[in-house]
Amino acid sequence: MLHYLTRRLLSLLLSLAIASMVIFAVIEVAPGDPASFMLGTGAQEDTVAALRHELGLDQGKVSRYLTWVSGMLTGDFGTSYTYRTPVAKMVGERLWVSLPLAIYALILSTLIALPAGVYAASRRGKAGDMAVMGATQFGMAVPNFWFAMLLVLVFAINLRWFSAGGFVGWDKGIWAGLHALTLPAIALALPQAAILARVMRSSLLEVLGEDFMRSARAKGLTQGQAIRRHGVRNALIPVLTIIGLQFSFLLAGAIIIEQVFYLPGLGRLVFQAISARDLIVVESVVMLLVFAVILVNFIVDLTYAVVDPRLRRAA
Amino acid sequence: MNRSLILGGALSAIMLFLAISSFVWTPYDHTLMDIPNKLQPPNAVHWLGTDHFGRDILSMIMVGARTSLAVALLAVGIGMGLGVPLGLAAAATRGSWLDELIMRGNDLVFAFPSLVIAILITAVFGPGAANAIVAIGIFNIPVFARVARGGSLSLWAREFILAARVAGKTRARISAEHILPNIANLLIVQGTIQFSLGILAEAGLSYVGLGAQPPTPSWGRMLAEAQTMVSLAPHLAIVPGLAIIVTVVGLNLLGDGLRDRFDPRLLEGRS
Amino acid sequence: MNFKIPVVAAISALTLMTGAAWSKDSVIYATSLEPPHLDPTAGAAQAIDAVVHFNIFEGLTRFTPEGAVVPLLAKSWDISADGLTYTFTLQDGVTFHDGSTFDAEDVKFSLDRARADDSTNAQKALFSAISDVSVAGPQTVVVTLTEPNGNLLFNLAWGDAVIVAPETAATLKTAPTGTGPYRFAEWVQGDRVEMTRNPDYWGAAPALSAATIKFISDPTAAFAAMMAEDIDAFDNFPAPENVVQFEADPRFQVLVGSTEGETILSTNNAQPPFDNPKVREALAHAIDRQAIIDGAMFGYGTPIGTHFAPHNPAYVDLTGHSDFDPDKARALLAEAGMANGFTTTLHLPPPSYARRGGEIIAAQLAQVGITAEIINVEWAQWLETVFKGKTYGLTIVSHTEPMDIGIYARPGYYFQYDNPDLQGLMNRLNATTDPDKRTEMLQDAQRVIADDYVNGYLFQLAKIGIAKADLQGLWVNAPTAAIEIGALSWAE
Repeated sequence: MLHYLTRRLLSLLLSLAIASMVIFAVIEVAPGDPASFMLGTGAQEDTVAALRHELGLDQGKVSRYLTWVSGMLTGDFGTSYTYRTPVAKMVGERLWVSLPLAIYALILSTLIALPAGVYAASRRGKAGDMAVMGATQFGMAVPNFWFAMLLVLVFAINLRWFSAGGFVGWDKGIWAGLHALTLPAIALALPQAAILARVMRSSLLEVLGEDFMRSARAKGLTQGQAIRRHGVRNALIPVLTIIGLQFSFLLAGAIIIEQVFYLPGLGRLVFQAISARDLIVVESVVMLLVFAVILVNFIVDLTYAVVDPRLRRAA
Repeated sequence: MNRSLILGGALSAIMLFLAISSFVWTPYDHTLMDIPNKLQPPNAVHWLGTDHFGRDILSMIMVGARTSLAVALLAVGIGMGLGVPLGLAAAATRGSWLDELIMRGNDLVFAFPSLVIAILITAVFGPGAANAIVAIGIFNIPVFARVARGGSLSLWAREFILAARVAGKTRARISAEHILPNIANLLIVQGTIQFSLGILAEAGLSYVGLGAQPPTPSWGRMLAEAQTMVSLAPHLAIVPGLAIIVTVVGLNLLGDGLRDRFDPRLLEGRS
Repeated sequence: MNFKIPVVAAISALTLMTGAAWSKDSVIYATSLEPPHLDPTAGAAQAIDAVVHFNIFEGLTRFTPEGAVVPLLAKSWDISADGLTYTFTLQDGVTFHDGSTFDAEDVKFSLDRARADDSTNAQKALFSAISDVSVAGPQTVVVTLTEPNGNLLFNLAWGDAVIVAPETAATLKTAPTGTGPYRFAEWVQGDRVEMTRNPDYWGAAPALSAATIKFISDPTAAFAAMMAEDIDAFDNFPAPENVVQFEADPRFQVLVGSTEGETILSTNNAQPPFDNPKVREALAHAIDRQAIIDGAMFGYGTPIGTHFAPHNPAYVDLTGHSDFDPDKARALLAEAGMANGFTTTLHLPPPSYARRGGEIIAAQLAQVGITAEIINVEWAQWLETVFKGKTYGLTIVSHTEPMDIGIYARPGYYFQYDNPDLQGLMNRLNATTDPDKRTEMLQDAQRVIADDYVNGYLFQLAKIGIAKADLQGLWVNAPTAAIEIGALSWAE
């Protein structure tokens, strides 16, 4: 186990190192000089040069890469070119929007999907199952930004139940914050709920075919009782894996939804930074998103290895 | 014959027909502007109404279908073309450094969400349909590599493969001649799924301005342009949205149908 | 779980109520662009001026809502007969927000800082005529010029010329400290800047105790936020298509005014075939301005035929000079030896006037045989490839600096228009202080660039302000980007 862990950890670090190089290289070759952007059309050449020096842009690429990476290792993500504030602080603030949004969406999708999946499985082949499966087909096909547009039209512009976008800040109270994140979370949760409901249903159907379920029925439990007492718990293992993977997806997938609702989250930060050529912010946020995905995958792999020792050798 | 296959096949065929027929005929030139007649609701002259420049929406939807299908199809092509050989090679050399390298590389690429890839590519090359294809295509590579590897692994233990090895065939040849045909069904099903995901991804990328550029119509950009006009002319948002949904539902049903037809237990828990 | 729902509803109702009560003594004002930082003396972004100019920072002079230049921190001034020496008398009893006193030393510091060699002032050229700034007493500053400059008082009214204190100059980007009626409170990046009334303000106390300036660039979000009354006013509403809905709604008022933005189809005069005046003339006749105004701006905008604001008294209407005439355009192209048309690029920056206008122009050019390949770019790329690199054929930009016809006298500017006659004219203009002569010269300049068809002149960008019906004191026109919070009040 220790050997396996070391190997996976090394490969994790290697992945991160390669990812950081790819990200840095790609963003550095992108056209657009941050200093010229900040000074605009009226600027003189010497002014731009002075600003480039102030930002450290006149240093070599290798030394800037090393500064960036070594800074990140110590939690220092550098200073934003345009905002002139530490990137770590900006990312931290944005995480307080993106992370709760992802968690909110995950909870919503789980709350919708698990009962729907259990219900569909218990009515297999009947009208209820057909209805749920039809709904999931629809849910998987709806572009979440389109759904978000409709939500805004109905609930923000016409009914005025929710604010159409923006974020009030958690200092206005937890309910005000959750209120502002509700429409985005619903838009984000719908396609995920559809997928999760299908996984739940098929996983449960598989469990229902197993011997211990048959013996539970044989002990005199009804189908419903058997599902509740034994089926659901056993069917949850693959579902939890999917939930884990969905989380990192939600964090990145929120980029478009944040655009629609004008939420000051990580996704908007990337778009703003890329249009302002705030390279260090782009690099750091992309790196953070990639890190999150790699980390979740790593944890999922480890969990599997603990559950199934054969994988330690095979993987 | 199952219902998913029929319904999904029919919906997909309709969209495909719209896309192909747009090469020959559309009700109007999809770039023709008629600004005095902008934002018209569906009527006898313009069956699906006109947009903010007075262009015919049905014509734009038809040409847009071409864009969506082409981007998604080519992205599946990239994913299959690069992912399948990698997956086959990994399975053929199971447990070796090559297998490890391919699978770790896979994880690495998989860690970049397609939107992030698209943003990075666009930052360098500027927006365009080609970049959307590459971004979605790159995202597809690890998917196909995993499916190909997973499908092949069990085959390598089978009798007929052993026979081929005894006959002195190289692993590469066995992969091509014996493994690939046996995982073709698996790949077709996954291809259909990735095709439908590609349609959604293309719509999302065009929506944020990273896809096909004007005057080439694309469903996602039609939605983005419609956004401020939804309350004035709801058909601007509803029509392209439904086009996306019908296409994706069609392809998903087709994928389900094909899977059930090939092997009812195959890929049961896909996500 | 169920019992929680009424609680949520009650709490959100409560926040709505307190929000409404609170807003009567304050305002939430939205604008499209978030400033990169808050130091108007170190960045070109108009967004910086929009937030801080007149609110947090003040200059020696200022613009009125009508665009006239009047005293601000300078109480009065004397100009020597030769036009080379300006003696400014400063306001008394002015303090900076950190408590320090404003005096002549601060003026000298600010102007010297702006024109220094290592200055990062984006409009350094505004100060190029100044040869010396000296302190002649605590409330008196003498500015000496190398040559007479009729624009000095006008230049000093720009946001780039505000007065700052040496003690705080280094930290203005994140902690702006000026002499204005509002103090900086907080900046939540990506969302808003908050400010509170300055109790020690030297001038008349403003009506509202606090203001929030919110940044909403997305037109949809702007529409939705306004409709949902999340904001009280929008400075420069980005979606002209929605104006009709606000006009029909008694909760809102719509103020349509003018900006200093000449929206033009900029043409690379040095790149073939645009180096041929016939081709540029053909271009001008191929464009239907009214269709662009109707299609891209939903009717908001005034057609222009030269690079000058129609609301300026010196404006000459030259739109007839480049009227929409596709046949003439085709004939001119044939004369230029391009009967079969040609292919070029059309770079479009993000604003909707450019993106939508560009699609329409590309369609119009196609009618005369010109293929304009649309390339959508972000501002940073636009600056790199178009403005600095000059590797473009056509682009659409609104030139929002006031009175900027002088750019045509710069052969290195991105149009690459090199006409010694015009350059001489502009040099004479800068040295002229007589208003009538200046007007005449400005009109000559307008005719020269229209005759040369330097660029395609499209329309003057309209300022579309949307506000709640009972908000008063809003600027209708935009002689500067500033949002003056101090002028606002709520009707009883």
